[in-house]
Amino acid sequence: MTITAAHSPSRTRRLSAWLYGRPRSQVVILLALPLGFFLLVYIGSLVVLFLNAFLETDPFSGDVIPVFSLDAFVTLFTEDVYRTIALRTIGMALLVTVTCAILGFPVAYYIARIASPRTKRILVIAVLMPLWASYLVKIYTWRTMLGGNGFVDWLLAPIGLESPGLDSLVSGWFVLVYLWLPYMILPIQAGLERIPGSLLEASADLGGKAGITFRRVVVPLVLPAIAAGSIFTFSLTLGDYIAPAFISNTKFIGNVIYDNSTLGNLPLAAAYSMLPVLIMVIYLLIARRLGAFESL
Amino acid sequence: MTESRLTKAFLRVATGVVLVFIYTPLVIVAIYAFNPTATQTWPPSGFTLQWFGEAFSNPNVLSSFASSIVAGVFATAIALVLGTLASLAVARYSFFGRESVSLLLLLPLALPGVVTGIALSATFQTLGLKFALPTVIVGHATFCVVIVYNNVLARLRRTPRSAEEASADLGAASMTTFRRITLPAMRTALLAGGLLAFALSFDEVIVTNFTAGPGTETIPLFILRSIQRPHELPVVNVVAFVLVLLSVIPVYIAQRIGGREGAAIR
Repeated sequence: MTITAAHSPSRTRRLSAWLYGRPRSQVVILLALPLGFFLLVYIGSLVVLFLNAFLETDPFSGDVIPVFSLDAFVTLFTEDVYRTIALRTIGMALLVTVTCAILGFPVAYYIARIASPRTKRILVIAVLMPLWASYLVKIYTWRTMLGGNGFVDWLLAPIGLESPGLDSLVSGWFVLVYLWLPYMILPIQAGLERIPGSLLEASADLGGKAGITFRRVVVPLVLPAIAAGSIFTFSLTLGDYIAPAFISNTKFIGNVIYDNSTLGNLPLAAAYSMLPVLIMVIYLLIARRLGAFESL
Repeated sequence: MTESRLTKAFLRVATGVVLVFIYTPLVIVAIYAFNPTATQTWPPSGFTLQWFGEAFSNPNVLSSFASSIVAGVFATAIALVLGTLASLAVARYSFFGRESVSLLLLLPLALPGVVTGIALSATFQTLGLKFALPTVIVGHATFCVVIVYNNVLARLRRTPRSAEEASADLGAASMTTFRRITLPAMRTALLAGGLLAFALSFDEVIVTNFTAGPGTETIPLFILRSIQRPHELPVVNVVAFVLVLLSVIPVYIAQRIGGREGAAIR
């Protein structure tokens, strides 16, 4: 490409000509805004949060005093309630993830390998659509359903049971599974679609019965997809503070962080928020080992 | 592997049960919108359209709806610009740290929302910023960028560079090539990414709750506050019903954009 200055090029044209053959400058121009925004706003905020964890709070006013202190960490490690809440949250995140995988797998399998192309299209939309429906609407409707004399009570009355109610972890488990289930179904379905039929035929030709083919061929090949789906189910449960409060009436890690951020102890909230970050970093490293990032 | 008839029957039933589980609450919330009383017992005691009128003339509903739209539009606009710029750099150039760009942009989605929320709120507080709609928009933009970025990046990787090179060979300046060649190739990816970013912003509550401050209310924040006030539940029922109906729109548009591309919208 040659640009002659003969017919006095416009300014943008001169800029184009200058940039031509200067790929590094082009990259700098392209990345300046997005990276600037992210480093300044997002990473900057995480740094501010991190620093706040090492500050002191005035015991009377609750104001943050800019003095180095490990008080927040001492509190977190010595008071049992924070360990209990952490274990409860992590346990629930694992339980919800496993439940979503167990419930989601048959659905994903049916969509990927059994349904006709037409049915498949409809089912994918059917699983996709609730993801667009409001998170809070789902929490709200479950609250009315699980509450006293609600739909669940009505449904279970004929068999002599009643709803676990709005202060039970069982309810929280139910609702969190409900909220995140589509995030598990869709990656597994995509993972199953990617398994070539020839591999399954080869297994059958070599004498593998359906059960063996499933265990030795299908499950190992779809494991990265399950790991990919589990990132969502695990992370979203780990950080939720609205479902625990409105469905189970219990505190999760998120509730402690939220409660202390507004009218309490910011250093404590900041210190505690490092726990989910740490857990997620470990979780992502494990998921990457399982090949989850190729299946996202 | 051919599944036995028993296996197929089991899978069909399991799929049916899960779909019933997924859709029952959405149907129930729709039915409650016509419930005459504020008590939320099942079955509803009658049928009325009264609450629709009340909801549509409720100033809090209208203003929070407007706030949600404004926040969504601005957060999406920021995401479209920043996400496109970053995806162009990553797709069309090789440079030191290229692999880390994706990871950096993914962070706000990979880390629990409560961490993003408190980090932003602590920072805004330190800077002495007023918590209002602009702080909400900045918060939403952080996790919307990666949505646009992923959609556009996937498209650019599928689009051969030969058309752009041909344009340059024919003497087009790089801006002309971008406007006439690259941008049209990205169009549906931008639409899909923008749609998803808007929906994500419109529905967000975990981060919003940290960055809105008193006096600023989006639709999710309105619901969050009203859930705790029994006399406001009939209005919440109607809002919930409308939101469930609205969720059909993006799915419909996604299908129209095209089967293959529609599948990329999640």
